Amino acid sequence: MKYVDEFRDPELISKAAEEIRRLADTGRHYRIMEVCGGHTHAIYRFGLKDILPSNIELIHGPGCPVCVLPMGRIDDGLSVARDPGVIFTAFGDMMRVPGASGSPLEHKARGTDVRIVYSPADALQLARKNPERHVMFFAIGFETTAPSTALTLIRARAEGVKNFSVFCNHVTIVPAIRAILDSPDMRLDAFIGPGHVSTVIGCRPYEWIARNEGKPVVTSGFEPLDLLQSIVMLLHQLRAGEARVENQYRRVVPWEGNRAALKAMAEVFELRPYFEWRGLGFISQSALKLRDEYAEWDAERRFPIPGARITDPKAAQCGEVLKGVLKPAQCKLFGRECTPEHPIGALMVSTEGSCAAHYHYEHRKNLVSVA
Amino acid sequence: MCLAIPGKIVAIDAAQAHLGTVEVAGVRRKVDLGLIQEESPAAGDWVLIHVGFAMTKISEHDALEQMRLLNMLGEAEQAMEEVRGYGSSDCDPQH
Repeated sequence: MKYVDEFRDPELISKAAEEIRRLADTGRHYRIMEVCGGHTHAIYRFGLKDILPSNIELIHGPGCPVCVLPMGRIDDGLSVARDPGVIFTAFGDMMRVPGASGSPLEHKARGTDVRIVYSPADALQLARKNPERHVMFFAIGFETTAPSTALTLIRARAEGVKNFSVFCNHVTIVPAIRAILDSPDMRLDAFIGPGHVSTVIGCRPYEWIARNEGKPVVTSGFEPLDLLQSIVMLLHQLRAGEARVENQYRRVVPWEGNRAALKAMAEVFELRPYFEWRGLGFISQSALKLRDEYAEWDAERRFPIPGARITDPKAAQCGEVLKGVLKPAQCKLFGRECTPEHPIGALMVSTEGSCAAHYHYEHRKNLVSVA
Repeated sequence: MCLAIPGKIVAIDAAQAHLGTVEVAGVRRKVDLGLIQEESPAAGDWVLIHVGFAMTKISEHDALEQMRLLNMLGEAEQAMEEVRGYGSSDCDPQH
């Protein structure tokens, strides 16, 4: 409980922890998946594992967009930037993520025009200011980020900005949850639903998980108390043999989501028949591409794309970790061949990935205590 | 990148109503308000910002708590760097 002193309401935290111990059946082992990478980071950062009884296991889900992006997509995106007329733009999170030919930052060091942007709107602004160049935005993210890309494209089309395009890697969270639930070795009891994705899509898209799969879902905030309260709500349902979708993060998440954001996404994007997820393989209807009306702004249609496919080494057991079959440190490569400095598998790539979070907060702690 | 940054709308752009000037911990930048038009954003409102777009209006109390959370997660500095637009002169965040 290293960070317990920083908690806003230590008393409420203790009460929630007590309630969890009271509700958890000591004869039962609970596996609860937090879907969102932001939650994974918060759980490790606040040491929540130390607060929970040992029979409540948190499984860290696929909600880290940087982690699940196949390496080949990075190479495909960077291949466009070989043209000296092109400026490659991406979020800071992407810059150190390696493709087979190096990361965007390494390409920059070799002379490619690679720039960090905070927002897709900044990439569009760069295009307006550099009419003689072409600005490509390498878009990643779940439904939290996709509406911003959509609105940027709507603005580019309305203004007729022709030297701008998007290399779209946006993915949707629900098919990934479905893929995890469909796998034969799945052993989950309940889900902590994503926070900021749900501000866009609302809570309804999770209802089938409760109704058809019998697993409770609680969308949660990111504070330690939010996460503990969400676990309390899940345990109440599990104890009563119920499965419903509940919203712990009501101060931010409207049940119906954000209509304007959903409308912008529907105008610009359509579902791809399938898309590859690093660690999970191909998942049908799990990613977005630009509609024909936006073909002019679609980097995949404007430029020749090699379609690189780079598979992770078989020894990397990311899929098993994502499904909760293995814990990060049980993977054969964890902390040896695969480290945050030299990630081999998807989950070591970003601090929101479960292996990188485990490495930063648990593995190092153990190394220090051994030394 | 999952976490959102809280800010306060200090002005709505007179020429382009979908743009607002938002202050985040003393730093100002233009933020696109297009995704919260149904919530009728106005100067004085607090919003959660994700990649340069306001995602939802929130209370001042929740905005301050969110900033505190970013500090606790060690992400406040990165968030501020993002708000400043990575110091790139080409990408003037003041559009």
